[in-house]
Amino acid sequence: MSSVILEVDHVTKAFGGLLAVNDVSFQMYKGEILGLIGPNGAGKTTLFNLINGVYKPTSGRIRFQGQDITGLPPYEVVRRGLARTHQIVKPLNEMTVLENVVVGACFGRENMPLEPAHEVAREVVEFVGLAPLADTLAGKLNVAQKKRLEVARALAAKPDLLLLDEVLAGLNPVEVERMLGVIQKVREQGISILMIEHIMQAIMSLSDRIVVLNFGEKLAEGTPEEVASDPRVIEAYLGDPEMAKRVLEEES
Amino acid sequence: MSGVLEVRALEAGYGEVQVLWGVSMAVAERRMTTLVGANGAGKTTTMRAIMGVVKPWKGEVIFRGEDVTRLTPHEKAQMGLVLVPEGRQLFSDLTVEENLEMGAYSPRARKKLDENLNKVYELFPRLKERRRQRSGTLSGGEQQMLAVGRGLMADPVVLMIDELSLGLAPVLAQSLFGTLRQLKAQGLTILLVEQNVHLALALSDYAYVLAEGRVKIEGESRQVARNEEVRRAYLGI
Repeated sequence: MSSVILEVDHVTKAFGGLLAVNDVSFQMYKGEILGLIGPNGAGKTTLFNLINGVYKPTSGRIRFQGQDITGLPPYEVVRRGLARTHQIVKPLNEMTVLENVVVGACFGRENMPLEPAHEVAREVVEFVGLAPLADTLAGKLNVAQKKRLEVARALAAKPDLLLLDEVLAGLNPVEVERMLGVIQKVREQGISILMIEHIMQAIMSLSDRIVVLNFGEKLAEGTPEEVASDPRVIEAYLGDPEMAKRVLEEES
Repeated sequence: MSGVLEVRALEAGYGEVQVLWGVSMAVAERRMTTLVGANGAGKTTTMRAIMGVVKPWKGEVIFRGEDVTRLTPHEKAQMGLVLVPEGRQLFSDLTVEENLEMGAYSPRARKKLDENLNKVYELFPRLKERRRQRSGTLSGGEQQMLAVGRGLMADPVVLMIDELSLGLAPVLAQSLFGTLRQLKAQGLTILLVEQNVHLALALSDYAYVLAEGRVKIEGESRQVARNEEVRRAYLGI
């Protein structure tokens, strides 16, 4: 059996009285693409924020490559080889594409000096297909290009595990295909991927396994086929079938 | 299919992010049409783009045979195209009755204010009981009643409702849906966005299933309810 790269162990995050993430546990294996899905407000992005240290869990532990990283700040987490992208991309608009990625390399896994950081950045920019735009100001990019820049910045940190938060959102079908190609290539490099995505067809075809969150709790876990045919998952997405019956009965 | 409200190849989004990729649909008179789809599918954006709260990038909105794509929301409301927005958006410091009066803001609706106020109070006796109460102090279910009531005060030709049951206890949602059926029986044309697909399909006449900003499935609601593809539109496989 392949080794565990990430372990989320009974993690809870409370905001006041609201349990945004409630006792969630799962493991991720090295080389795996794990999809994280769930209706709006299910706690997906909060879970990302807990994993990479933006938030500290109220309780529970997070282990990465065997080390306990619970409560470590994001810059410590990235040094251990765990990088992420953000749903709302915020590149440094006044800097070029390449410079943005250099920043990712400088503050990534190693505290890289500028010269090697440039080298890494060039490779990564090429890898995500932004080489022709390397000297363009990031603020001039379109959405699809900004999303690829976001992935490039994270990759420049040289992660073993990459968290992708809705990198397909807002892309047209051609751009979605292109991004899927980038994600496949990342995986072929041996980088494990945990991704949040609303474009279901894409995440279902890409992921080895899926974890479903609903109201902050883990609702289901399994292969895409298993979760898509799980009645609880179907109900979370399509609603309670009984309510329709009750409304109609009441009328008659 | 033609209708009192028609949407043709509508494209819209926020900033640079495109959400709708060419949505076409029609709302037939005196029928309940529903728009369902997983979150992020573009349901609310469709409603907002029809209303003009979000400006359409491309495509057309045809209301009673007239191109209203570029009209402002208040101009459309004046014509009878009325939206009950997601999250209710009540004037929480105003009383129940003041909120209802605000619904009749347009000159056309103002003329029928008393008549429509009586109708709304008949439909929702609870609102009448609480008419002097500040709307912010109402329960969630009452607030949703008030949001629908305020929409009715605009004297709608087409009433668009974005998420009727969201966040409501099942028993309250049931009662609101009962009211909706009553309104439909009275001849009101309704376009409903509803997260509970079963409920939306059971109550409506015609359904559109959105996924990723496009209409994936459309048809008589009874037939759509039996379509296995609906699950696929939500879950991808």
